[in-house]
Amino acid sequence: MNQTAKLRAILVDDEELARQILREYLGRAGDVEIVAECANGFEAVKAAGELRPDLLFLDIQMPKLDGFEVLELIDPPVAVIFVTAYDQYAMKAFDAAAVDYLLKPFSTDRLAQALERARALLRDPQPRPLQAAELAAAARPPGQALQRVVVKDGTKVHIIPIAKLDYVEAQDDYIALHSEKKHYLKQQTITSIEQQLDPARFARIHRSYIVNLERIARIEPYTKDSRVAVLQDGSQLPVSRSGYVRLKELLGENV
Amino acid sequence: MHPIFRNTSRLGAYFALWTILALLLGAWMRLPGDLTWSQSMSVAVPLCLFYAFACLTPWYLCRVFPLGTASISRLVINHLGAAILAAALWIGLARLAGLALDLDPQLAPVIPQLVVVGLLLYLLSVALHYALLAVEASREAALQARDAELRALKSQVNPHFLFNCLNSISALTSADPARARDMCVLLSDFLRKTLGLGERASIPWREELELARTYLEVEQVRFGARLQIEMQVDEACAECQVPPLVLQPLIENAIKHGIATMVDGGTVRLEGRVENGNLAVRVENNFDPEAPAPRRHGLGLRNVRNRLETRFGHAASLRVAADDNRFSAEMVFPCHRGSS
Repeated sequence: MNQTAKLRAILVDDEELARQILREYLGRAGDVEIVAECANGFEAVKAAGELRPDLLFLDIQMPKLDGFEVLELIDPPVAVIFVTAYDQYAMKAFDAAAVDYLLKPFSTDRLAQALERARALLRDPQPRPLQAAELAAAARPPGQALQRVVVKDGTKVHIIPIAKLDYVEAQDDYIALHSEKKHYLKQQTITSIEQQLDPARFARIHRSYIVNLERIARIEPYTKDSRVAVLQDGSQLPVSRSGYVRLKELLGENV
Repeated sequence: MHPIFRNTSRLGAYFALWTILALLLGAWMRLPGDLTWSQSMSVAVPLCLFYAFACLTPWYLCRVFPLGTASISRLVINHLGAAILAAALWIGLARLAGLALDLDPQLAPVIPQLVVVGLLLYLLSVALHYALLAVEASREAALQARDAELRALKSQVNPHFLFNCLNSISALTSADPARARDMCVLLSDFLRKTLGLGERASIPWREELELARTYLEVEQVRFGARLQIEMQVDEACAECQVPPLVLQPLIENAIKHGIATMVDGGTVRLEGRVENGNLAVRVENNFDPEAPAPRRHGLGLRNVRNRLETRFGHAASLRVAADDNRFSAEMVFPCHRGSS
């Protein structure tokens, strides 16, 4: 993109008045074209996929999908400026990830500064220090584990509540999330999702497997020093020696 | 009055303990072999009865000279002085009983030991009283901490709400100045009404309702057509005394976890009525069961529940129910009318 081209932006906020003020300020800035306005997370993911904007103004608390989930589902990633009223944990995470954010209400000067930063980033793209999922985890209030996983499949967005997640399997750069006899691929490392899941409900039983403890029916010996976990639906997952030690700690000796 | 007299079962246990002590004392006085059971007991029982009361007196002294603040020398002098006085009376009583029952010579060998036992029992009681005071102080501190927390929660305006309102005002300033001004007035009304509420123990229901109404009007500006409000509140409720801001968390939840999660918004319905001397308040709203997890877990419901329980005990209840996309919270508590 050249220096003089307008920045193509999408505004995402469920409050009409919040979009209105952004629209007004950006209109005055002159070199930003608003290509879409979205009132919820689903619309945002769809619009970003179709319109390929340069820049996203993203509210955090929204219906359907929150701002972090939208960020995780947008592919390829775009420059994002979060717009939020007050969220101490998110602010800390943004600072760490060098993502810019505007605190409502904001001034035109502060917006200009954010635009400048976005332009610099677009001219000279930096590798992101944090993946979207990791940013979301860093922004979560302490002690709050992941409640659901969002996955994009073509143009469709799947939401998997944690209680319905049976197990996670590593597949190269992806993870396969198994839920209700289906599986969904997501670009994330197994270690990164392991850190986000509630350690009292999920256990890493193998280099490539994390299992929902409630789904385990029994553990059977496999070879001399390996075992398999048999799930309630009949699936069999390998259990490494260290994975077995971890399972024993979580489930007690009688596994 | 000593706290032991406030609780009959504790008082009973205390005297049971002294009965055992009296038996032990009687058995011990017989050891030299000059006394029969009935003789030793007829001295030991009145002695212990007297000391049961004497050993309650340190409570007053312990409160006057708390550990840590009173100087060591004053502590020692006062308690030792009291112990000597108590032991002197105890020995005096023993001698008196001995004379009255014609047992003086038989008692004489145990008198020196009896002095020591009297002193030790009294000093032991001093130590136990300090322990009792420490337990009471920590319980008191826990209660006060809880009160302070409640006060803080009561007077706290949700910062998310405040900043979003200011952002709405900022947006309206150029687009619709008249509405921006209305919003400023509404927000000021709301803030003014919450000021000082933390200090009041109760307010009439009509004030609480007015506060909720103002809050909803402010939110109405933010959410526009997404927020519908229905109110059905009986006049009979107006003068019921309620803990201040007891309704507010329910209304805030209805917006935050309800209306804000719906793309097309929904309705917040508020009902209030008086039934069998109770005030029953119901807040109902639409919500999206598949909404993203809230960023901050609401302390709202827990706060309301705690406050109702502290104030009304089992006479109050708070029930919540969610089905499909309707959420409801209903609280019921005694309606006391009149000044607080």
